[in-house]
Amino acid sequence: MSMETEINFTLNGRPVSVRVPVTMKTLTMLREVLGLTGTKYACGEGECGACTIKVDGRTLNSCLMHAVDCDGREVVTIEGLKTPEGMNPMQKSFVEHGAVQCGFCMPGMIMQADYLAENNPNLTREEAQRGLEGNLCRCTGYTKVLDAVESAVEKKCCGRC
Amino acid sequence: MKETTTYLAPRSLNEAVEAMAAGDVTVFCGGTDLTPQTDSGVKQYGTKLMNIRRIEGLSGVADNGDTIRIGAATTVTDVRHNPLIAKAAPILAEAAERFASDQIRNAASVGGNICNASPAGDMINPLLVLDAAVELASWADGTVQTRSVPLEQFFVGPRKSVKKPEELLTAVVFKKPASDFVGKFRKSGPRPALEISTVSVGIGGNLSNGVFRNVRVAMGSVAPTPLRARNVEAALEGRPLNADSISAAVAAAAIDAKPIDDVRASAWYREHLVKVFTEEVLSHVHGN
Repeated sequence: MSMETEINFTLNGRPVSVRVPVTMKTLTMLREVLGLTGTKYACGEGECGACTIKVDGRTLNSCLMHAVDCDGREVVTIEGLKTPEGMNPMQKSFVEHGAVQCGFCMPGMIMQADYLAENNPNLTREEAQRGLEGNLCRCTGYTKVLDAVESAVEKKCCGRC
Repeated sequence: MKETTTYLAPRSLNEAVEAMAAGDVTVFCGGTDLTPQTDSGVKQYGTKLMNIRRIEGLSGVADNGDTIRIGAATTVTDVRHNPLIAKAAPILAEAAERFASDQIRNAASVGGNICNASPAGDMINPLLVLDAAVELASWADGTVQTRSVPLEQFFVGPRKSVKKPEELLTAVVFKKPASDFVGKFRKSGPRPALEISTVSVGIGGNLSNGVFRNVRVAMGSVAPTPLRARNVEAALEGRPLNADSISAAVAAAAIDAKPIDDVRASAWYREHLVKVFTEEVLSHVHGN
């Protein structure tokens, strides 16, 4: 049990103000308070990366982050990658390469891949592999995931160009 | 279960330690250790939850001339990419490189890894090799008081340290190693990523004209606390680094390590691994 407190932050480019129990996790807030269910709950302990979001420009596991720590910060979820034209280039690349099977790990996988490409325009396949160490997928076997990331980087498609 | 009624996000150290003096405060920064521990019931929240990330001056790596000071809230990612650490203390960057995953490195703080006081803490091992000390701040007589504790004396048992509940770990400080300092960190787990070290070994010292001096050896996950391996150090100190001294060090590693069987590995395997790593790390240092 814990008391609620009000926090204010930027979520996918828009200011939000929300009351949350002080010990609630960011993932729970996103899914159950704000209704953004793109970010997934899987292991709940930082092992699988399905809950990856971006906070102040860096990715982290939202299942490990206290919601109150979002106060004053800039939060981006998988819903926020969408561009006015539809999917962002990293999302498109995942679809084009058939990198998605059941899809459960994909929001986290794409958030992390997009973050890696955004921070390293010359991202190599090996660097992508290391950067995605914190994201587990139980069906695709990663080869197509890496193909998708490599291709998005080759097209210079970081999502912001 | 008691209720957590207050959330605190102080901007200044004064505010933080004054609030801690009142008691029953659970401190967090990245939350990467606290969250699984509170979720699983290993640890309970206090009535007050304090976020220390917003305290001014608590994060960052500072060059203080002869010493390097890493603020408690500095993330492992910041350590991994810091140019001063890469140049002066690459053993720490090396450990940061193998710390969990990108997402955890982006959130986890150096101070949190130390305060968690796990025998497997990957920031602790290289900091022991660097002979670091931690700064602990508390509130007394209307002001912030600080004391410095050598990291080696900080740990008293699994998840137990000499830090009092009302004290806040504010920084870890170490002397810049001399130019002839060589060091190497090695950890093991079934995967290269997201692994709680089955065993870790860090070795450093001044290597000049083939002779190893001021040798410091740290071991993780082979004792109730992160360990300075004094027998290995004695086997190497002041001696030429060669096949003889390396084999003496490997034999000493088995004396220093006091591993247990647990879910991650058997004591037998850990003892074997600690010897292999000691040899590997020393051969690497010797080769360079």
